[in-house]
Amino acid sequence: MDALMLDGNAIAGMLQEVFAVEMTMAMGTCGNCGAAEPMGATHVFKGAGVVMRCPHCDTVLAKVVRSDTRLWLSFPGMRALEVSP
Amino acid sequence: MEGTTVLGRLSWQVAEVVDIVDETPRVKTIAFDVRGWHGHRAGQHVDVRLTAADGYQAQRSYSIASPPDGTSVELTVERLDDGEVSPYLTDELRPGDQIELRGPIGGYFVWEPSQGGPLLLVAGGSGVAPLMAMLRLRAGAGSNADARLLFSSRSWEDVIYRDELERLEGDGLRIVHTLTRSQPDGWTGYARRVDADMLAEVGPGPAERPRVYVCGPTLFVEAVAEALVQLGHDPQTVRTERFGPTGG
Repeated sequence: MDALMLDGNAIAGMLQEVFAVEMTMAMGTCGNCGAAEPMGATHVFKGAGVVMRCPHCDTVLAKVVRSDTRLWLSFPGMRALEVSP
Repeated sequence: MEGTTVLGRLSWQVAEVVDIVDETPRVKTIAFDVRGWHGHRAGQHVDVRLTAADGYQAQRSYSIASPPDGTSVELTVERLDDGEVSPYLTDELRPGDQIELRGPIGGYFVWEPSQGGPLLLVAGGSGVAPLMAMLRLRAGAGSNADARLLFSSRSWEDVIYRDELERLEGDGLRIVHTLTRSQPDGWTGYARRVDADMLAEVGPGPAERPRVYVCGPTLFVEAVAEALVQLGHDPQTVRTERFGPTGG
């Protein structure tokens, strides 16, 4: 158990900045275990960047790293992301 | 489609302090007037940004405690002694001061009266804020949906919204306190951390398929969520909002 762990909800503002729509209800499918969960239910860890993990199998679904002027997004373990624009 | 995309965009807005209320020795509610605020949903939050004279910026998220009406946005802030943002908000802000915020944000940790009950709300300390928005909305909408709030605080003096919660009780709403560190003389209520037995007693049970919202410090939320699943609640019905090691 990690006292620093947050929910997808905690980075909702940053995700909305990037995708320009509300993202906590967007459904992400884990590439490892296949579970589909709203982004708000993912487990979030903040450090130099943000890591989102599958709440079922802990696979890293997505990573976000930002500087003052740029933002790097990667989706190492997300098979699909279903967004309602 | 274009319209909804535009609505989804977030921009920083100026928010002016209109009122500050002492909730407990360490917690204040700050009411902001935000021009052009389009309203919010119960359970949503805002990002708050402070900018120092040298350009350094610090950003935190705070749940909106006020119900979704009008232009007032109320944030209930717990002062963290080693915090970067909360001591400024609770100690320095005065009516008329301005800060920047953006929102409303989120759609996952949200309740609408049309979703009905039963509702099981479990709060640890200032984690009660988004749940209070739900209870205020429920009361304002005249909903008598079965709702229970299990509220964990350190002591009676630390119970946020104590008087208002007492007034809201009834009409299908039951409030249960647990005081984990100290209890007033003659206290007959719970005096321990939330556990499976307590959740089972407060109910509603898994068979009634309540919508469950849990908000508080990360370890509190973890313990509660684990106990709920242990009792047989479907994880899909349990929504959590963790705010880190200390929270607020």
